[in-house]
Amino acid sequence: MPFVLLNNSANEIIEITFRNDALTAFPRKPALLVALALLAGAAMAPAGAQSTVTEGQKLAFDRGKGNCLTCHVIKGGDLPGTIGPELKDIKSKYPDRNELTAIIFDETKRNPQTMMPPFGRNRILTEQEIDAIVDFLQTL
Amino acid sequence: MKVRIHLLLGSLGAALVAFALAAPRVTAADKVDPVADAKAFQNFFFQKFPNVKHEDFVNGPYSMNEDMKRQWQEKEEFPPYEFALDAGKEMLSTPFKNGKTYADCFPNGGIGIRQNYPYFDSGEGKVVTLELALNRCREANGEAPYSYVKDEMASLTAYMAYTSRGKPMDIKIPDDPRALAAYENGKRYFYTRRGQMNFSCASCHVQSPGERIRAETLAPALGILNAMPIYRSEWSGMGTTSRRFVTCNSQTRAVPLEPQSDEYRDVEYFLSYVANGLPISGPGARP
Ligand code: HEC
Ligand code: HEC
Repeated sequence: MPFVLLNNSANEIIEITFRNDALTAFPRKPALLVALALLAGAAMAPAGAQSTVTEGQKLAFDRGKGNCLTCHVIKGGDLPGTIGPELKDIKSKYPDRNELTAIIFDETKRNPQTMMPPFGRNRILTEQEIDAIVDFLQTL
Repeated sequence: MKVRIHLLLGSLGAALVAFALAAPRVTAADKVDPVADAKAFQNFFFQKFPNVKHEDFVNGPYSMNEDMKRQWQEKEEFPPYEFALDAGKEMLSTPFKNGKTYADCFPNGGIGIRQNYPYFDSGEGKVVTLELALNRCREANGEAPYSYVKDEMASLTAYMAYTSRGKPMDIKIPDDPRALAAYENGKRYFYTRRGQMNFSCASCHVQSPGERIRAETLAPALGILNAMPIYRSEWSGMGTTSRRFVTCNSQTRAVPLEPQSDEYRDVEYFLSYVANGLPISGPGARP
């Protein structure tokens, strides 16, 4: 192994399994397929109802869920870390919501060395949860 | 590709990127070269933090932040690990039931030797850490082993570290392919991403030292074991190297290994070797 100061790129792959029907309204589809569909714009959820924004904020701040404050300053959140950039002016920076979905699903696709966990690929968040967080991000 | 390179440049030094791009996964035939590794590893931190005095890296998060450093120095006037030093000193000098003492297992009665651990044992063909050697000494003398993570083990290692303060870390890799393999294995473990969060040890301690993860300032990997064991307010007590490894793994939703498993021993060997020359500063106190 050459001496590199970077992380090995051989990411541990968490096996994608079928989700428990009781836990989601979107059963029987591996997360990856759903995400690909989302990326292709084939399964766009109707965006932006106020309730999903509130839900998205809750998920983003929840330590057991997104826990985005671990690394990002976000308006309204306490004790943010400094590892990622402040999340602001998101709508002007990422007018296309698919881009945000992709970042949250698996940022190692854009940047193999990123610290940001692959929330979708490693099934930390469901597709709907990611969708609600994207709604919230677009209000920042 | 453009985006990727831009992001890399943003978060890491240009030199590092050049290095990474110039040396893309040459496999197999690569020679393990710990001497060159240690040099590159130390230089990486020295260049990333030009204002940190080299011997200061052993103070973990406090080396990264002047404010925190001041608070810590005030705390050091009444060190929270003092009880452990007293207990450790007492334990080290108290004979076992068979009349022997730790001095029968360790050179110089166990005083001033912390900087030589872990070492590679050519008989066994494995890395032996100080914690492991202490428990083996106990068992060889008919005593029950201690928990690897805290209490007595932390007290013993705290006192042993204290008597070695200021001595430069001095880890040897003997000319033995198994020793090189152990070193390489520890290095691999350290840089491999794992768990649901997909972090490697290096994600936090090489890529992000000095950054805050929530409210905690990340310690640099250079000299990260020189202060062990540590008192942490969060633990309301002392913790050993084993305890910190297990905690870092489980807090990032990775499966922790057994304390003193071969891989943890190898990680300790790697991290200690690349800190050669930096002073022992343990025991440490942390927020
Ligand atoms: C452990 C660290 C970490 C966590 C946790 C984290 N991120 Fe990130 N995030 C980063 C880093 C670092 C970047 C910078 C880009 C990169 O590394 O590729 C980033 C970039 C981003 C970006 C692009 C920002 C920009 O200005 O271009 C968005 C959007 C984002 N994160 C959203 C989130 C959301 C939403 C969550 C929680 C569900 C989250 N992040 C959790 C580390 C993290
Ligand atoms: C996602 C972040 C993260 C990962 C991954 C991580 N650590 Fe840590 N580590 C921390 C935090 C936070 C602390 C406490 C603050 C500090 O001292 O850095 C810490 C502290 C430590 C310390 C004590 C440093 C000191 O001076 O207090 C050691 C040793 C350590 N980690 C080793 C490791 C090893 C080995 C691994 C991989 C098995 C690892 N860490 C993975 C976040 C992490």
